[in-house]
Amino acid sequence: MHVPDGFFDASTSVGAGVVTAGTLAVCLKKASDELNDRVAPLAGLTAAFIFALQMLNFPVASGTSGHLLGGALAAVLVGPWAGTLCVALVLLVQGLLFADGGLTAYGLNVLLIAIIPAFVGYALFRAIRLLRPATSRAVVGASGIAAFVSVPVAAAVFAILYGIGGAVDLSFGAVLGAMVGVHALVGIGEALITAAVVSAVVSVRPDLVYGATDLQRPYADLTPSSTAPAAS
Amino acid sequence: MRTNTKLFIVAGLLVGLALALFLSPFASSSPDGLEKVAAEERFDGTMRDHDTADSPLADYGVEGVGNEKLGTALAGLIGVLLTFGVGLGLFAGMRVLGGKPNAPPGRSAGSEPAGAPS
Repeated sequence: MHVPDGFFDASTSVGAGVVTAGTLAVCLKKASDELNDRVAPLAGLTAAFIFALQMLNFPVASGTSGHLLGGALAAVLVGPWAGTLCVALVLLVQGLLFADGGLTAYGLNVLLIAIIPAFVGYALFRAIRLLRPATSRAVVGASGIAAFVSVPVAAAVFAILYGIGGAVDLSFGAVLGAMVGVHALVGIGEALITAAVVSAVVSVRPDLVYGATDLQRPYADLTPSSTAPAAS
Repeated sequence: MRTNTKLFIVAGLLVGLALALFLSPFASSSPDGLEKVAAEERFDGTMRDHDTADSPLADYGVEGVGNEKLGTALAGLIGVLLTFGVGLGLFAGMRVLGGKPNAPPGRSAGSEPAGAPS
């Protein structure tokens, strides 16, 4: 759902740009605090992988396709802060080099494709995990459900923003219904792809998955216990 | 970084490259959800041409490569490698600049030396 140039009036594009810039600044700060030698290359890989997955448009209805947004996937893999940055980076590369996603709409696109899916997805992922036992199955299931919900939520936010500052005066209900309807279908693909990737990574290296750090780790030696008694 | 983790990163990158190379040429070329809704609800008329529409990689092709499937595959390959490289640089840079609790002398932008006169 890359927004092209010209869909929104200038004040909405600028407003979204300001919100996005502020959020990315917080993400940079928070992600910096969490990064270590392990997570940094993993975040680079997550961004590259999402670039590849976003190219894979799948059919969702007659004459309509969808592709992964990736916010929820990135958030489960490397956390919502670094995950948002991963997708924002993908959008930057796409906008600058591949003519995908308008440059004046970059703020809107980061909001809709990175920030909202990552944070809505991660909040839901955490909520589901609280209710389920700490197993890799629960991690995979929670990430799929979170990914599914994140897509129509982003579509609904698009409709709300279009109601505020869209270039054409349209019935809010019509845009909302059409956007959420088709993106509920896209969400099914988002859920399947997200669950497949999380499942693959969790089965090989659960210790590398941000949203699964509470699972039993085969490489527990990697994270020194923070509860070790400190001689003061 | 453990060898194991390096291996994981390399393997993951290879899978990403394979997806871009071998699957992206066969992805659906139908309009995506937003494009479809914009056409149906008739708000696609205000769309402007992209500022980088004449980029050599515009619309996931490679300028000069006539075969569309090959162009998509190559564009995907370039995009994955580029995103990986820039991402690695960004996150490694963040780790170096932001990961330390005490800013080195010649404080960097954004650090907040508590109570230090400017």
